[in-house]
Amino acid sequence: MSLVNYATREITCKIVYYGPGRSGKTTNLHYIYGQVPDDRKGRMVSLATQTDRTLFFDFLPLDLGTISGFTTKFQLYTVPGQVYYQTTRRLVLQGADGVVFVADSQAHQLGENVESLQDLHANLAEQGVDARSVPLVLQYNKQDLPRDLILSANDLGDTLNFRAVPEFPADALHGPGVFETLRAISELVLTRLSTGAPAMAR
Amino acid sequence: MPIDPSLRFDTFIVGSANRLAVAAARAVADAPGASYNPLFMYSDSGLGKTHLMSAIGNQVMRTSSLTVELVTLDDFVGELHEAIASGAADGFQERYLRVGVLLIDDTQFLTGHPETQSELLRIFNTLQADGRQLVMTSDRPPAEIADVDARLITRLSGGLIVDIGSPDYETRMAILKAKCEQRGVRFGPGVIDEVGRVEFKNVRELQGALNRLIAFQALGQAELTAPKVASVLGDLADQRGRIAPVRVSGEFASFLSGVASVVAQHVDQWKQRLSEAIAYWQSEGYRIGPLERAINDAAPPRSVESLLREFDASVARLRELARQIERADPTLAAHEAFRDPDRLHEAEQLVERALRQTPLPPGPSAAFTRAGFETGMSNQLAVRAADAIVSVPGTRYNPLFVHGPSGVGKTHLLNAIGNGLVGAAGVGPVACVPAQLFVDELISALQEGTVDRWRSRYRAAAALLLDDVQFVAGKERTQEELFHVFNALYADGKQLVFASDRPPRELSGLEERLRSRFEGGLVVPMQSPDRALRERLYARYLRELGVEPTGEMLGYLAEPPAASVREIIGIANRIVASAEVAAVPVTVGFIRAELEPDETELSRAAAMRTAADTFFLDREKTIWQWPDPGARLIEEPR
Repeated sequence: MSLVNYATREITCKIVYYGPGRSGKTTNLHYIYGQVPDDRKGRMVSLATQTDRTLFFDFLPLDLGTISGFTTKFQLYTVPGQVYYQTTRRLVLQGADGVVFVADSQAHQLGENVESLQDLHANLAEQGVDARSVPLVLQYNKQDLPRDLILSANDLGDTLNFRAVPEFPADALHGPGVFETLRAISELVLTRLSTGAPAMAR
Repeated sequence: MPIDPSLRFDTFIVGSANRLAVAAARAVADAPGASYNPLFMYSDSGLGKTHLMSAIGNQVMRTSSLTVELVTLDDFVGELHEAIASGAADGFQERYLRVGVLLIDDTQFLTGHPETQSELLRIFNTLQADGRQLVMTSDRPPAEIADVDARLITRLSGGLIVDIGSPDYETRMAILKAKCEQRGVRFGPGVIDEVGRVEFKNVRELQGALNRLIAFQALGQAELTAPKVASVLGDLADQRGRIAPVRVSGEFASFLSGVASVVAQHVDQWKQRLSEAIAYWQSEGYRIGPLERAINDAAPPRSVESLLREFDASVARLRELARQIERADPTLAAHEAFRDPDRLHEAEQLVERALRQTPLPPGPSAAFTRAGFETGMSNQLAVRAADAIVSVPGTRYNPLFVHGPSGVGKTHLLNAIGNGLVGAAGVGPVACVPAQLFVDELISALQEGTVDRWRSRYRAAAALLLDDVQFVAGKERTQEELFHVFNALYADGKQLVFASDRPPRELSGLEERLRSRFEGGLVVPMQSPDRALRERLYARYLRELGVEPTGEMLGYLAEPPAASVREIIGIANRIVASAEVAAVPVTVGFIRAELEPDETELSRAAAMRTAADTFFLDREKTIWQWPDPGARLIEEPR
């Protein structure tokens, strides 16, 4: 997807929230959805199971209005975290301009986080994309849980952030860290794509 | 009822409020009778029910051989009554039973027509059984149509019932843009957005608002701008809510500003400048080919500045050409070439051709030159104004209105100004016309239906000089045209000069709007030549006739007053002609003898005239010197 289209004067970015199941990707989108004025957001499409788990994917279009003469639109997607939705994850990941990896801070979920991150890299590789070239930020969600249940951002960083990308502790349910994450990934994406680097193949 | 061919799916603007209805209508049109049968659409008035229904009809007729019948329920009822009255109810039924797709508009009027209801029920049953399509519209859902047979309601509700809501902001914008395109109008930036913000309940109201704006823009001198929209729409907009301009706050706002600064940093500056220029010129209604080509290039142009300057210059030239074509041939004014810098050359050619084809208005007569015009006390004000006009046309003394008795040189001065203006007054011919000719031309243009062309000839003039303007008094149409020509030229800074035998305020039958315009410039009188001027005039004309005047001769000739220059020319001619006949040189004595032939005879005639005057003009005498009338009146009957 072409991010900056000078002919139509449009900037469009696709940002995918990736992470293990129940780490709070959809919650991130819900919080953003709640903060965006009505006229700036499209309908949030959420295909969820009866137990509110993301079955297919969530999609939140955001209209940022005209910035520097460009109609700027963000499309936020989440992938289903459950291991068995591999195909859907690949599909959603196609053409992503940036990825937010939402990690679950709970200590017992560390293994799942690592597995999911490896899965991300595998899926990118599958699409012929060098994971190092894709804008990525990490979010350590659920930092509001009791200290004894979770790992600190530092500990999580030691395990997950081997590429030293921007990382944010967050509480997606109540908001802290959500927009910081979105802003960081947006800046990375815009910076990278305006320099002319091609987006991932669709 | 025939189906309006312009009501098609591709002319229907789809928005969130009507998406379902459109999808259903398309499905029905693609495969009539196969899905959603009957299709029942309801909405408030003016939201597109009839459009969608006609779109179904149009598409079915285009893509299949099925017969399509569109009726309003009212027509249906009328036809049924007629058929029953004429005993042809069977024919009526048959007709409707034959159709492939039956479209019934305004079904809500079923209320209170039991016989129509049962007839419809029969038709429905047959059509549905045969798998033929029914589409109905109403202003309310079937269950809310009062007094309708329950069996009919269940059938109406048996297919798909969809409603159409009021258009949202995006839909309103799309409709407005489509309508503007359809009608070929363009508004200044932000105007359409401003209209779109008003929450019109239906598309007709929206269209009414747009019509008002179009009319306002067409009439108004100034361009319509966004802030003016509210005042133009006035009552139309007041009753409705309006979407407040977007305000954002909190986390989203700071996110937004962060993104904005990143975008600003990283979008290539030159592309940004170009895209801003493109957005601007597009909103102004110009094609932006050269800019678009540059922006689509991977490499930046050598100089963005010069590219933009070049483009600006092309547009400026196009604007000038558009102004010229407007005057030369208004029918070409809407030509695409005048909006496309890539077609500048074509636009130039169009103007050139149009100018060649337009006959020039009459110009000043070369015989009347400024050098041939004698100045004196009696006309120096007018002459000074004339000289000022020739040196800087259109800036001072516009219009110049010269008035004075016949023969004092108004026409000469007017033509002299005209000759001076040729070349000095800018592009276009100098029109110098007697008002009588102006009127006659207008009349024949009216007869031939070429008023546009006639008008444009004068509007294209670099200056207009109208002689004997008193002749337009009382001629309403001429005055109206003159008024418009006046305004057009005046607005362009073109010089206007008028000559008349009376000052404007004494011209009866002249419309106030013209009078005030005439008086708005400089009104100067030209009087009968004074003594010094008479001397100079005699000297000039005698010399022209080959006689070298002496001072004594001129002194004698200039002594008696002369009403006009023409009188002086006449005397000079007479003297020279008499001298030629008598074969003697022109001397003071000869002139005296010629002008005062016999002094004694002259004085005798004068004495007789005085005597007659004193006799006839004395009232008392005329009565008292009659023979005693009283005695005669009494005596004669005896």
